[in-house]
Amino acid sequence: MHTKTNILSLPEEELVYPGNRACAGCALGIAYRIGLKALGKNTIIVVPPSCLTVLQGLYPIAATKLPCLNVTFASTAAAATGLLGALKARNRKGINVVGWAGDGGTSDIGLQSLSGACERGDNFLFVCYDNEGYMNTGVQRSGTTPIGALTANTPIKGKLQRKKDVPAIMSAHRIPYVATCSAAYPLDLYDKIKKALTYEGVKYIHIHTPCPPGWGFEPRYAVKIGKLAVETGLYELYEVENSNVRLTGASEKLMEKRRLLPARDYFRAQGRFAILTDSQIEQQQQEVNARWEAYFNTTEDPDEDTPD
Amino acid sequence: MQIIESGNVAAALGVKLSRAQVIAAYPITPQTPLTEKLSEIIEAGDMTAEYIPVESEHSALAICIAASSAGARSFTATSANGLLYMHEQLHWASGARLPIVMCVVNRGVGAPWTVWNDHQDSMSQRDTGWIQIYANDHQQIIDSVIKAFALAEEVMIPVMVCYDGYLLSHTYMPFDIPEATLTDSFLPPYRPAYCLDPDEPANLNTVTLSDVRTDINGVKAHGYMEIRHLLQQDMLASMDAIERVDSRFKNIFGRGGSPFIESYRSDDARFIAVGIGSLSYHLRDVVDDLRDEGISVGVMSMQLYRPFPYQAVAKALKDCQGVIVFEKALSYGYQGPVCSDIKSALYHYVGPEGSRPFVLNYILGLGGREILTKDLYEGLKLSCTTKPSSPDKPRWIGLKL
Amino acid sequence: MKDDYCRKTSHSKSGPGDAGKTGSWRILRPVIDPAVCIPAKRGTPSCYMCWLYCPDGVISRGIPPEIDYEYCKGCGICAEECPTKAIRMVEESSFIKEDT
Ligand SMILES: Cc1ncc(C[n+]2csc(CCOP(=O)(O)OP(=O)(O)O)c2C)c(N)n1
Ligand code: SF4
Ligand code: SF4
Ligand code: SF4
Repeated sequence: MHTKTNILSLPEEELVYPGNRACAGCALGIAYRIGLKALGKNTIIVVPPSCLTVLQGLYPIAATKLPCLNVTFASTAAAATGLLGALKARNRKGINVVGWAGDGGTSDIGLQSLSGACERGDNFLFVCYDNEGYMNTGVQRSGTTPIGALTANTPIKGKLQRKKDVPAIMSAHRIPYVATCSAAYPLDLYDKIKKALTYEGVKYIHIHTPCPPGWGFEPRYAVKIGKLAVETGLYELYEVENSNVRLTGASEKLMEKRRLLPARDYFRAQGRFAILTDSQIEQQQQEVNARWEAYFNTTEDPDEDTPD
Repeated sequence: MQIIESGNVAAALGVKLSRAQVIAAYPITPQTPLTEKLSEIIEAGDMTAEYIPVESEHSALAICIAASSAGARSFTATSANGLLYMHEQLHWASGARLPIVMCVVNRGVGAPWTVWNDHQDSMSQRDTGWIQIYANDHQQIIDSVIKAFALAEEVMIPVMVCYDGYLLSHTYMPFDIPEATLTDSFLPPYRPAYCLDPDEPANLNTVTLSDVRTDINGVKAHGYMEIRHLLQQDMLASMDAIERVDSRFKNIFGRGGSPFIESYRSDDARFIAVGIGSLSYHLRDVVDDLRDEGISVGVMSMQLYRPFPYQAVAKALKDCQGVIVFEKALSYGYQGPVCSDIKSALYHYVGPEGSRPFVLNYILGLGGREILTKDLYEGLKLSCTTKPSSPDKPRWIGLKL
Repeated sequence: MKDDYCRKTSHSKSGPGDAGKTGSWRILRPVIDPAVCIPAKRGTPSCYMCWLYCPDGVISRGIPPEIDYEYCKGCGICAEECPTKAIRMVEESSFIKEDT
């Protein structure tokens, strides 16, 4: 059992320099800052083109204090494997190899190499930060853009297809550890990265990272929006450890309390969902309810319980 | 030690002797037996290396790029569409200045599918910033692989060793396997000037601006164009390194001496036929016949295609009357790429009669179309005996429309 | 040898301010009221929600927490997440007036 990290036990040293190029209020900034604290300095990061490439700095200045290899869009996971090969050949032990990609670089163009590495069982951590679109190229739809969202290339009708469930795809590879996180819950993220590093093989962490300009909300609400996604039950925090699925953190609490916030609160707070009609929101609410009903059925109803 | 084996095995043995540390490959005919052989050598414990069976060629080169960035000697091999699938990564590897070595077992590209030999695959990667070496026989394959690592690590530019699919990859020929103790002294372990390391962090292949920019210490760093300019400078300068590596190899193993071009019966030749790979040997037979008939003709094979050894090429060809370039690749809409490059190398030279040699181009053998000695003989003889018309339009040999 | 090689590649070294002094992006400035801020009031390390959530890592985990205005982008997340509403977002222009 891992002890839970709290704000005071979180390492104070920052591994990302201030004055980087991420937009004000970018939740990736939170996730990356906290994530690197969890990884520590003995780490090599692989990054494909994305907002993170820009956050990390333009030559000759790097915003990150860790060694990092920028690679082509499709090749993050394969490059991670290559680093492992070299470290093994050179007898360098105990260095964390981490691929850190956007949702496009994970769920779309990067999926083939990621799947290959999972099947081979290469020993690295893959982190996908999910801002639900191709933000670096100006907010186009990606495989993980949710249904109904307006993007630069779904500008009128919104995206017509559902969000691709990447963590489920990763779990299907039977890798030892899959977890979902949110930038709005940094301590949970920190602990999950720490836990992931204890496993051998590909570990996968999916982080929901609200994006103010891409989603259409004011920067100060980045954490609020992230929390709303979880508290409405639209985005679940969970872990899959050796194929056992378990809701964690705020989602686990939600399951215990049996009270979801209305999905409407989440949708109506963002410009990208402006065209969703009330009946479409209601339909999504039904789907969330059905999904969570299944979770609720796995626990006892607190209202029927008499707490002592 | 002399053995009789296939060209693919010659390449694999070269990689083994080079002590590559990370090898990643994806199957494609006719490269497959080369990497199968390597997996066998490694699984049998005869070589210490990480062999990574990837899910695509794009990933194969990604692995080499990352492994090389982290300081390991890296190798891959492919053919045809596999090479085309790597295209983005080829530029990445050279732009990142990584000494990766790759064998390209030459095959025609689709569509339509063909598995047979021509040179369209590697020729269409000409501008990716890789050094391209072509081997004519099995001995040259094994020797070139070993030399390629030494060269790549000296100039920090990746190297392709290309050889003909089937004609060389699958045929059996005798060749000498160099002594491991000697190859070890020829090619010491790779010691990168810099490689990724948490003790010395750096962010590699960062987005680079059009203009120069000062670094954190206020020192002016390059812009994109300076980095690219240096690649071109070093690519051109690598011709000296190629000569050095070749003569070092020759001193130890007694083979080599013509790293740019190989000339056959060319010293006094009025006409010179140009070919690449096994075709150049085929041309030698034809030239022998034509010489018997009193036609003054020789053969030049291109051993190095990038950097283009323009001075050696011009020197070899400028004084003759005609150059006939036989090519298994095309720059569609113009002519064979080697033909264009040769013409451009000759542009500054004016021959003894106040004119440059004519340069004719023949396209042949695409997708493995059989190259008949009779056709080569007739084409070459005609070119040496009649005044050429419309020389910019390539002629086709063996076409059956 | 090494420097020579590194200058042929896009080899970046870490440091602050890749995007310049990002404090200039601000329209609103976060100002912490020590009379309301929990660690400042108690004099012991506590809370630090602002430190945790600042995307740019420009708030210190000290007593009181301090904001590096050179780089603070003014996103307002700290003010929004502060449980005691100790952080006010103040018009930058009012500070310019103060300075002149
Ligand atoms: C092969 C290739 N295709 C397209 C691009 C252009 N491109 C760069 S970043 C990007 C989008 C990245 O999206 P994502 O991975 O979701 O990260 P984000 O920018 O949203 O953080 C695209 C399409 C590229 N660099 N390489
Ligand atoms: S576009 Fe979105 S994800 Fe990209 S830097 Fe800006 S806020 Fe972050
Ligand atoms: S969040 Fe508010 S109360 Fe907590 S430390 Fe920061 S300013 Fe003080
Ligand atoms: S959270 Fe935003 S406003 Fe607050 S200190 Fe950080 S950058 Fe500045």
